[in-house]
Amino acid sequence: MHRQMQLIRRFEERAQEQYTKAKIGGYCHLNIGEEATVVGGILALGPNDWIFTSYREHGHAIARGVDPKAVMAELFGKETGTSHGRGGSMHLVDYKLRFMGGYGIVGGHLPLAVGGAWAVKYQKHNDVVFCMFGDGATNIGAFHESLNMAKVFDLPVVWFCVNNRYGMGTPVEKASAVADIYKKACAYDMESIQIDGMNVREVLLRTSEILEKTRKDSVPRFIESLCYRFRGHSVVDPDKYRSDEDKVKWRKADPIVAFEHELESSGLADEEYFKNVRMEVDAQVRDVIQFADESPDPNPEDLYKYTYAEQWDNNPMLRAERV
Amino acid sequence: MAVQAPAKAEEKLYRVALREALAEEMERDDTIYLIGEDIGKFGGAYRVTDGLLDKFGPQRVVDAPIAEEVIVGTAIGSAMLGLRPVVEMMTINFSLIAYDQIVNNAAKIRYMFGGEVKVPMVIRMPGGAGHQLSAQHSHSFEVLYGLIPGLLVVAPTTPADAKGMLKSAIRSDNPVMFLESMSLYNVKGEVPAGDYTTPLGQAALRREGSDVTIVGVSRMAVLANEAAKQLEEEDIDAEVIDLRSIRPIDWKPIIDSVRKTSRCVAVEEGWSTYGVTAEITAGVQERCFDYLDAPVRRLGGAQVPMPYSMPLEKASIPTAEDIKRLVRATLGKSPDA
Repeated sequence: MHRQMQLIRRFEERAQEQYTKAKIGGYCHLNIGEEATVVGGILALGPNDWIFTSYREHGHAIARGVDPKAVMAELFGKETGTSHGRGGSMHLVDYKLRFMGGYGIVGGHLPLAVGGAWAVKYQKHNDVVFCMFGDGATNIGAFHESLNMAKVFDLPVVWFCVNNRYGMGTPVEKASAVADIYKKACAYDMESIQIDGMNVREVLLRTSEILEKTRKDSVPRFIESLCYRFRGHSVVDPDKYRSDEDKVKWRKADPIVAFEHELESSGLADEEYFKNVRMEVDAQVRDVIQFADESPDPNPEDLYKYTYAEQWDNNPMLRAERV
Repeated sequence: MAVQAPAKAEEKLYRVALREALAEEMERDDTIYLIGEDIGKFGGAYRVTDGLLDKFGPQRVVDAPIAEEVIVGTAIGSAMLGLRPVVEMMTINFSLIAYDQIVNNAAKIRYMFGGEVKVPMVIRMPGGAGHQLSAQHSHSFEVLYGLIPGLLVVAPTTPADAKGMLKSAIRSDNPVMFLESMSLYNVKGEVPAGDYTTPLGQAALRREGSDVTIVGVSRMAVLANEAAKQLEEEDIDAEVIDLRSIRPIDWKPIIDSVRKTSRCVAVEEGWSTYGVTAEITAGVQERCFDYLDAPVRRLGGAQVPMPYSMPLEKASIPTAEDIKRLVRATLGKSPDA
């Protein structure tokens, strides 16, 4: 768990650096500061549970077990990426690990999670759908439609709000009539909790409890995990809208440092161990970047591949339209 | 030895043909389920799904809240996990609320995830005008879906096609926008017996002729046929192509036809500026320029929000008479015979 957090931290730091070197294009949203929420939440899932998440999802994929090489290669737009270079930072996927994708429209993937839970229940399976989204997504219509639908049909979905306090540059209080996001779920008569998203043990334990309840009774539940992103909304965000004292205050609550203190005081690990972990993940991420850098670009001849399912992919009519 | 006579085609309503397609496919494959507003107990706003709740139960014929975005999102998400949902949008007008789901999710998921996930689903939706439903309930939005890569978009005009194409749509691994016309539900036509499918992506030659090619979109293909029949009296021999597939466009029969007739008229019920007919006319002149004896012409609905008043509404929707006038003009004759 500690290693995962460090891996994600290092991965994101290096991703930022690669972005400034123009190895990564488009938007690039980092998980730095949110590692406890991300790792604690996702490690609580069983192997057969499904994840639908937002566009700030590099760490989500890594925590789920997606090969960091494939994640970085996707950021580099390479054929070896999770989505073969077609998706980029916001659209990582791994069907085998039931990581059903990152989505770029705020709140737009919540209805998909309802559908995922629909399929689970329809097929009489025992899995839970875990849907992750930011605080900003809770103000959009799709959020309310999705919570309502999930409850009306008692679907096995756990809503997991990563409340990092800002929807881009707008603070929660300025955007949401209810600043305690978890209370919004009460309108749909859903069990809902607020947790300390900077404490990885708390996130893991309480998310596990909620997941197991939903696995048993197929009733949707809601978790609000309070955290803070240490960087701007995206790599290019100069982050002028947050006060310095706020940043300093949250920095002190760094989830990795906090967890290390905890491990140290309970005698489970020491500075020597932490140093080794840092060196290991540093070396790993170096390999990851090298892999991404050396991977081939997608072939321009395959530009149209994947637009339609196999039965249509090579349809002569579609080929004619491209001319 | 007794030889069994082949089952005969029967006359059926367009809506009944659709219902049969749904029921037969659901019997064949239990991953198929229907979801929409009032499609169960109520039987569907246009009675297409009437009786299916009793037959298949509430797990497979689902009355959802009036919340189009999550209805479509539910269908997409469940398709990603292996089901084959068929959504009924009560009307195409409400599909705008689900437009983000259709455009950003249904159409793109397969591509943006590099083929790792597929979205086999159908959205059925009736459109069109002519029932005094006024501005917000009288749209022909073929073009909104036709312009999106990743979607297949079809508009069947006969009961036989309605059944055969719906079966193909359900069996397709792509998201299919299945555009029905409110005005066609009560149309009767021969429907072949037994299990059959009609391929998606193909136009249909409805009538052979040598003087002019009329390409009709959705219900306008039916009107084009009527107009062509009436034009016989004037010694005008029109060929009629029912577009049927809006995405992709089946260019071959259109090109073959226009190269034969040298003249082309395209007709749709929706607005023709930036419309499906804009695409058809542009494509025809690109592909047939040297064969043309007259400018390619198009006809669409009046470019106003649909008025309520019956005379105003009538003046807003293309008629067989309008098609005839345009054909005459294309042939260099006086539009008013």
